[in-house]
Amino acid sequence: MADLALPETPAKTQTRRQGDVIFRWLSRGCAFLVPALIGGIFLALLLYSLPAIKKFGVGFLMSPEWNPVTQEFGAASSIFGTIVSTLIAMLLAVPLSLAIAFFLVELAPPAVSRVVSTLIELLAAIPSIIYGMWGLFVFAPFLQADVQPFLASTLGFLPLFQGPPMGIGMMSAGIILAFMILPFICAVARDVFLLVPRTIRESAFGMGATTWEVMYKVMIPYGLVGLIGAVFLGLGRALGETMAITFVIGNSHRISSSLFAAGNSIASTLANEFAEATEPLYVSSLIALGLVLFLITYLVQILAQFLLRRLYRPWSVGL
Amino acid sequence: MQQAKWLTFAAIACIALTGVAQGQTLSINGAGATFPYPLYSQWAHKYHELTKVKVNYQSIGSGGGIAQIKAKTVDFGASDEPLKLEELDQAGLIQFPMVVGGVVPVINVPGIGPGQLRLTGEILAQIFLGKITKWNDPALKNLNPGLNLPDLNITIVHRADGSGTTWLFTHYLTLSSREWQEKVGTGKSVKWPAANSVGGKGNEGVASYVKKVGGAIGYVEYAYALQTQMSFALLKNKAGNFVTPNIESFQAATANADWQKAPGYYLVLNDQPGDKSWPITGATYILMYKQQADAAKAQAMLKFFEWCYRHGAEMAQKLDYVPLPPKVVELVKATWAKEIKADGKPVWP
Repeated sequence: MADLALPETPAKTQTRRQGDVIFRWLSRGCAFLVPALIGGIFLALLLYSLPAIKKFGVGFLMSPEWNPVTQEFGAASSIFGTIVSTLIAMLLAVPLSLAIAFFLVELAPPAVSRVVSTLIELLAAIPSIIYGMWGLFVFAPFLQADVQPFLASTLGFLPLFQGPPMGIGMMSAGIILAFMILPFICAVARDVFLLVPRTIRESAFGMGATTWEVMYKVMIPYGLVGLIGAVFLGLGRALGETMAITFVIGNSHRISSSLFAAGNSIASTLANEFAEATEPLYVSSLIALGLVLFLITYLVQILAQFLLRRLYRPWSVGL
Repeated sequence: MQQAKWLTFAAIACIALTGVAQGQTLSINGAGATFPYPLYSQWAHKYHELTKVKVNYQSIGSGGGIAQIKAKTVDFGASDEPLKLEELDQAGLIQFPMVVGGVVPVINVPGIGPGQLRLTGEILAQIFLGKITKWNDPALKNLNPGLNLPDLNITIVHRADGSGTTWLFTHYLTLSSREWQEKVGTGKSVKWPAANSVGGKGNEGVASYVKKVGGAIGYVEYAYALQTQMSFALLKNKAGNFVTPNIESFQAATANADWQKAPGYYLVLNDQPGDKSWPITGATYILMYKQQADAAKAQAMLKFFEWCYRHGAEMAQKLDYVPLPPKVVELVKATWAKEIKADGKPVWP
């Protein structure tokens, strides 16, 4: 007990320093683990997809052919499906989640806001296979019976809404994806809106701005950086989503202009075909698909960083 | 303090020793096809109760089963698709059929009940090629003069995942139609040519899509068609009869097949002769090494399979699988006696 009051002896500082050194190396090691893992995964994907890359070259990315019998593989239909389903999801989820977030922060009574916020966080916690099953058993039949026939009869002249309504297909995949990423974007957007200083919001109202003007002239520009982060969080999740998509996208290696038609995504193709692929070239082509998804996700992240840097100055300094 | 350490040590030693003791009771590991998994796991459970011999079966898919037995990580592999004799010889494996199953075309057409629609292999191929696109197509009407077939688009439902079911089905279409053979071929997954087609994951995926989409036609394992009470179609067999898919018609196909002339049991039971034979029938196979390292284990394994043939038939039928006819079982046992050896000596009987 008494030695607490004494000045530290050199021996003690020595051990403390040693502890620091060990801790520094430990945390350094942990930090290096992340790039090592990413690098390792990338190298492994590259290595195993080499046979497919050698056989098909760049044509792998362009060819819509996917024929396990003749061993002809191309990624175009899977890439197309991944991008289209993600695009539909983003088009629906971004405006919707911004509106919800704004409502929660600015318009809703505190009690409502608290309950709805919790519910949104709960939505984010639902496992994706539940969304898939719900999509297949509840949502797709609803689309097939009510929504798609209506679209076909009113907007059927567009190539987007042609063909027999099956419920399952690109359209239901995109909408289910939107449901899945909505809570992520919404939760972050709400926090971003909350960070906008009260005084700024109130001055805007004080100058006679309407609620709409406050949202798109004050709140969104002020929080733009955070909002872009939220959008890319949702985008990243949408690109790699597997189980829910596999249930509802229709799993057909085909590029179609119609949203009613069945399609596939990279992740759903991998989930479907990996287990029973025995021929080396088949396996290699599937791994090459995985590599493509890896690169797409990586590019999206780079794009996000780039946008953040470019937009930060002109937008936030202006306010 | 010292005492506590000793206690921990003793506890760990106890756990380790029980582990060793458990390892000594015989356990057999297998992996492969998902189609027979419900049956294999029930057989294994019952057999464990009776003999204390433990059989672990992992349903990882036929492709996985073949890969695992070739990598020697399991004692036996299981596959829905028979391996060719050259491939077996190359790896030093033998294969033999265990149980039989059938694939059934199922439809969802308003007003058409189970067993009412008649199809031939050629017309089925035309439908899956996307050449026949409406249910009231003249070809279908000619075959089914008594049915009121509606003016409805046909939607093809196929398996999205690679599977032995697809292999058997496309093998039958290849046999039935020259055009299918040239354009598509046989495989565990193929490029489906029809424009109006969707893929479901697993038998249950196909079954639920067919049920949801009006005008759909798909193919599932017999057990699924039965359990989900779907409208199945009758098929014309080699003898020219329209047959109903059921245990008798699968067994007829199995019994009428000429197993004796099939080296390595490479025999697909599609389109076999016989008045009652169902034309899309296939066996699921077990893969084993000819040269077994451990004679006792090899013997235990064969004893288990023998028990399955002899006492497992009733369990198989309860789960809607078709047991092998006795004469085929005799043939398989003769193969065991001839081919499977440990230290140069036959293991069976």
